[in-house]
Amino acid sequence: MLQIVFDALSLGSLYALGALGIALIFGVMRLVNFAHGDVIAFSIFALLWPSTDAMAIVFAGNLPWFLLIPFVLAVGAGLSVLCEIVVFRRFRNTNPATMMIASFALGFVIRYFLLMLYSSRPKSISLLPILSQPVEILGARLPLLQLITIIVTIAILFGLVIFLRRTRFGLEMRAAAENFSMARMLGVRANRVIMGAFALSGALAGAIALIFGIQTGTADIQMGAAVMLMAFISTVIGGLGSLAGAVLAGFLLGAASVVMQVILPVDARPFRDAFVYGAVILVLLFRPQGLIAARGTKERV
Amino acid sequence: MSTSSPANTTALDPILSADAIAARKPARFALAGKSIVTPILLVLILLAIAVVTTMIGSKPFNQVIIDLFVRVILVVGLYVFIGNSGVMSFGQIGFTCLGAYVAAWLTINPVMKKMSLPGLPDFILKAKMEYWQAAIFATIFAAVAALIFGRILMRLSGIAASIATFAMLAMINTIYSNWDRVTGATSSVVGIPIVRSIWPYFTAAGIVIFIAWLHAISRSGLALRAARDEPTAAAASGIDIPKERLVAFVISGAIMGAGGALTAHSIGVVTPDNFYLSLTFVTLSMLVVGGMGSLTGSVLGVVILSALIQALRFLEAGVPVGGSMLALPKGLQEIALGIIMIVILALRPSGLFGNRELTLTRNRSE
Repeated sequence: MLQIVFDALSLGSLYALGALGIALIFGVMRLVNFAHGDVIAFSIFALLWPSTDAMAIVFAGNLPWFLLIPFVLAVGAGLSVLCEIVVFRRFRNTNPATMMIASFALGFVIRYFLLMLYSSRPKSISLLPILSQPVEILGARLPLLQLITIIVTIAILFGLVIFLRRTRFGLEMRAAAENFSMARMLGVRANRVIMGAFALSGALAGAIALIFGIQTGTADIQMGAAVMLMAFISTVIGGLGSLAGAVLAGFLLGAASVVMQVILPVDARPFRDAFVYGAVILVLLFRPQGLIAARGTKERV
Repeated sequence: MSTSSPANTTALDPILSADAIAARKPARFALAGKSIVTPILLVLILLAIAVVTTMIGSKPFNQVIIDLFVRVILVVGLYVFIGNSGVMSFGQIGFTCLGAYVAAWLTINPVMKKMSLPGLPDFILKAKMEYWQAAIFATIFAAVAALIFGRILMRLSGIAASIATFAMLAMINTIYSNWDRVTGATSSVVGIPIVRSIWPYFTAAGIVIFIAWLHAISRSGLALRAARDEPTAAAASGIDIPKERLVAFVISGAIMGAGGALTAHSIGVVTPDNFYLSLTFVTLSMLVVGGMGSLTGSVLGVVILSALIQALRFLEAGVPVGGSMLALPKGLQEIALGIIMIVILALRPSGLFGNRELTLTRNRSE
């Protein structure tokens, strides 16, 4: 039982972090960033030396943990900000469909760039192997990593809340998310806020990459896509632009996946995801605005 | 409208005299007569491509052009719903998947079918149809599926609708990837008769272009576009937005299903992942780069991007330059494609054609 709860929480953590990364950018720019999954993949590959061999040549991955973690986060943030400066800046004020396709094209570029350097084979890496050891809590044997994932996610969420509520920059960002043009008129600098959002979102992508890399022990170009899909869905179910909603929905989706895995009859288990997606459609039918509707996204007449 | 009529000086009486209505009503088929040039020109362009292909007679090039025509069908199918309603749908490729599998079920040799897909109902197991008969069934099946899903999804709008269609696509993919007795799960379903002549594909693409045009100028299509541009005003004028969207969704689903059947016959193999995210994004990109709001954009977007992809592939394979081969490194083709798409969108955010259509006279914007 406890095992299920922890499975649900740790899967939910991943989705929640991903959803947060998308919601942050959507809040300030109305951009659904499809390149986010590829930023995740890029962050983990930055640890390896470019080569097409199956055995990964670890490069930055040999750093001690207190350097390794900031390095991955910085790579994610850096790439994300670079995307903003080079590409997305030119797409402000265009319609969402165009922005969406542009972000997809950008993700495509990043993915094939990785493919060119590293080939499409998943590579095995062992990052911080100490975290894979099981620990015993209340009679359940859990991988230490699962515990850490949950704790880290909660810590990140708290940190983010404090950042958004207590600092000037956080205030500006929340103001921009609520009404961008009004915030600009009141003296919030658009470029700074948007770049901040991209940096935060990129760092979150780095965090996901780390957790995922340690969990699976492989670096795979496709790995971003799987998290992305669910994260993307959680962002919308949670209410686009609402950060709390994105986190809540991420955890709910994680829980729904794990619970369905347990309660569905064996024959139906392969179809688990179909049930999850069905549930998503149902939620949207009843709450098209999302679970926690963000202010300012309501349609106005 | 009625207030400006000279017959109503009081401006309070909303009822126009029959004469005034007749005077204002455009002549029958006026819109059709004015806009029919567009589909004709587009079909002529495709015809020119088809004729050149048969004259060249190269087999690989033949296949490239078949792919092009199939893509035209798919992207026009996307245009019918996305372009006219303005609702981004990620789910239409799901109907392509449904159509492709119907074509596979109905055309594979019954002996082989019994081995590879034993879970099919008896009457399908025994069926052995011509490809065009199977394509008709695929179209109908996809249209029915679109009607069922559409009844539910069309109540949503905006980004919620987009995600719901995404969930629908993922649902169809999950089911088809796991239902191994009926769809062969993720392994390829082989043995679909391959049609190598380009004319069936050309004919289908032409028919689809005309259907899209007919829908766009129909009462329902015009109402839908009014709702796209001014939802509130359209709803206030008595347009039932979910209904008009559903009409477009079903037509689009049918076209996507037909496109799926033809995809199956063009390559002879189907797997669920053929019809998932990558095809969704390739076709969506073609639509958006061409210009979402225009039939011309959707057709020429396919032609232009396909030409670009071919040119890059050609460069990747290597070009002899003065004795030595000059080749782009592997993977650069996709990177270049992505960059070119970003540049096009940055320069022309509403696509190459925006809302304009190809006509013989001056481009009118809608």
